[in-house]
Amino acid sequence: MMPGSAPAAGGAGMFVPVATAGTVLCCMCGVSMQPNPANMCARCLRARVDITEGVPRHAAVVYCPDCSSYLQPPRSWLRAGPESPELMQILLRRINRPLARLRVSLSGAEFVFSEPHSKRLRLKLRLRREVLHGVVLEQTHPVEFVVHDRLCDNCSRAQANPDQWVAVVQLRQHVPHRRTFLYLEQLLLKHGQASLAIRVAAAPGGLDFFFGSRSHAARLVDFLATVAPIQTQTAKQLVSHDTKSSVYNYKYTFSVEICPICREDLIALSPQASRDMGGLGPLVLCVKVTNAIALLDPLTLRVHHLEEKKYRVYNFKAALTSKQLVEYIVLDIEQESPEISIDGSRYQLAYAQVARLSDFGKNDTIFTVRTHLGHLLNAGDHALGYDLYGANLNDDDMDTAMTRYSLPEVVLVKKSYEKRQRTRRWKLKRLPVEEEATNKAKGEEERRLDEYEAFLRDLEENPESRFSMNLYKNEDYRSEMASTVGDDVPTVPIEELIEDLTLGDDEEDEGEETAQGNTHAGMME
Amino acid sequence: MATRIQFENNCEVGVFSKLTNAYCLVAIGGSENFYSAFEAELADAIPVVKTSIGGTRIIGRLCVGNKNGLLLPHTTTDQELQHLRNSLPDQVVVQRIDERLSALGNCIACNDHVALTHPDLDKETEEFIADVLGVEVFRQTIAGNILVGSYCAFSNRGGLVHPHTSIEDLDELSTLLQVPLVAGTVNRGSEVIAAGMTVNDWTAFCGSDTTATELSVIESVFKLREGQPTAIVDDMRKSLIDSYV
Repeated sequence: MMPGSAPAAGGAGMFVPVATAGTVLCCMCGVSMQPNPANMCARCLRARVDITEGVPRHAAVVYCPDCSSYLQPPRSWLRAGPESPELMQILLRRINRPLARLRVSLSGAEFVFSEPHSKRLRLKLRLRREVLHGVVLEQTHPVEFVVHDRLCDNCSRAQANPDQWVAVVQLRQHVPHRRTFLYLEQLLLKHGQASLAIRVAAAPGGLDFFFGSRSHAARLVDFLATVAPIQTQTAKQLVSHDTKSSVYNYKYTFSVEICPICREDLIALSPQASRDMGGLGPLVLCVKVTNAIALLDPLTLRVHHLEEKKYRVYNFKAALTSKQLVEYIVLDIEQESPEISIDGSRYQLAYAQVARLSDFGKNDTIFTVRTHLGHLLNAGDHALGYDLYGANLNDDDMDTAMTRYSLPEVVLVKKSYEKRQRTRRWKLKRLPVEEEATNKAKGEEERRLDEYEAFLRDLEENPESRFSMNLYKNEDYRSEMASTVGDDVPTVPIEELIEDLTLGDDEEDEGEETAQGNTHAGMME
Repeated sequence: MATRIQFENNCEVGVFSKLTNAYCLVAIGGSENFYSAFEAELADAIPVVKTSIGGTRIIGRLCVGNKNGLLLPHTTTDQELQHLRNSLPDQVVVQRIDERLSALGNCIACNDHVALTHPDLDKETEEFIADVLGVEVFRQTIAGNILVGSYCAFSNRGGLVHPHTSIEDLDELSTLLQVPLVAGTVNRGSEVIAAGMTVNDWTAFCGSDTTATELSVIESVFKLREGQPTAIVDDMRKSLIDSYV
């Protein structure tokens, strides 16, 4: 029944008689009112019935000050900012059960301001309840939550003993340079394998990863086995022992050793090894290291993949490593056979006349060698290679090979580009590694920086190695005007770069999108 | 005068009693208080009869009557019928009728001249009502409810109907019944009027939950306040009574 005398609208020619509601007296106070299911005026109803009776006015909530999260009993901790919707959800869940029991429903809730250090959270609830023959009353009800501080389990464990670890993975490689670890670091970042580590520490010759559980450490070791040729040994140490329930607590150690052969290493194979690999020339170059080592014979352009287990049979070491590369200048090059591609890399056999850069202006020492870099080199280019003519090696296999075969005097390894100190358009993320405080030799810092720079240059020159890692756009990059100098220096194309995640960018993108959406809708209509 | 009583701690006195100008029927209760209340008020004027109908105590809702007669449902046993015939005065015709809607008290509301009935009542029953009770029968609904016997209570002097009755309905009913009607509640807001109270021309009995406001409305519309200073009565009438015909 509608108040007033407006006639009820009938549909489609149906006659609906006019029904004007009369006024009744409120049965309590006698005031004239519209009839309602309780037949009491609103004031009498509210005075008689308090729908918030029994609804709690105080409640408690537990908060961890370290990680600013709130406890949801029995055990989960949820992160929530001050006066955020997540916090409201947590608080409402605390008082949900008494509300449901009293058959009171919630029609709204809002925060009332309280000082953060007062340790009180105040909510104003709007409650709705059916009373007395179907009348629904709505009433506001303030609730105050007392905030108790307590460290959550994770924070208390971290607080109690920050160095507490259960398993450690000791990753080592016995080579004088740290290129492998730089590359592995990027791989770990891309696949997120080091996210579970409590701590990462640098150790002489490698890295240590500390974990809170053995399975996390085993996961890292399994991942490493797929990307590098490694050999693992495990050990465990008893920490404590509960005699009553026969529970033993251990500390586990995974000792992981990476094969010492790296990319661009020159290796002299022993006759037996050479024979087992199908007559691979005594001098081989290592071109790729994944979970197997790819060895290239530069004279015959044959690549052999050697697995870790097979490697352990021979256990040869590199005769010359990339630290001993010497710069050459190419005087003349003559392609011998067409370009071929093995494993995605291109090689071309060519004869080249080279001279050491140190000899170039001074004397006439020229070497004629066969090289596999025919597709890259032109006359006048600089290349890096191993100087076997002037090298003094301490390698039995090399001596045997020298006596048996006639070895080339130079083995060219890669083309060298001008060293240009310039900002790069891209940058890499680093793992948070704790450096050891002691044992820092004098030139150590510079050496590390040089190695890092060489690593970055290596990335630029090698698209295949970039494939497995994430490169981020460098916002500080400004394209230089002096791009006239040497355009053949390889750079990373912009399509390969990933936007680094920042909030400012997201909002811009959203703004653009909605603007576009609006214009699109406008066009549709 | 309106009195507030309870039947075994229950305020629905209209369910357990039937009051007319010639007699009063009361249900058999555990304690005698209910009966005593009626007795105290009515003993010198009319007989107060204790009975059951069909073995039940809800006699107010099962039977309907006025000073001319009493109609009983088909569930009434022969002993009860005989008892009633014996106890009631001779001019009251006691008749048992065969009606599908056996709760006659819920379906029919009457005074000594007019009766309102459930729209689906049998033609035959309607004839019985006209004969036995000597009234004019109208099929009506009250505020959209078909149980007219529950939602209104009227005597020869006034009537109280369901609070949600519209003004037009009130006018129409008033015209039919030729008595002043008012929409109101009984027993602290209960809409089931006839179950909460029972009334005749000079007295009314309501449930003990009835508030003072409701009681004053009842007393004014049924004109029970004999011998009161008229000025006060007039004033209250103006402020309380909503529509007069």
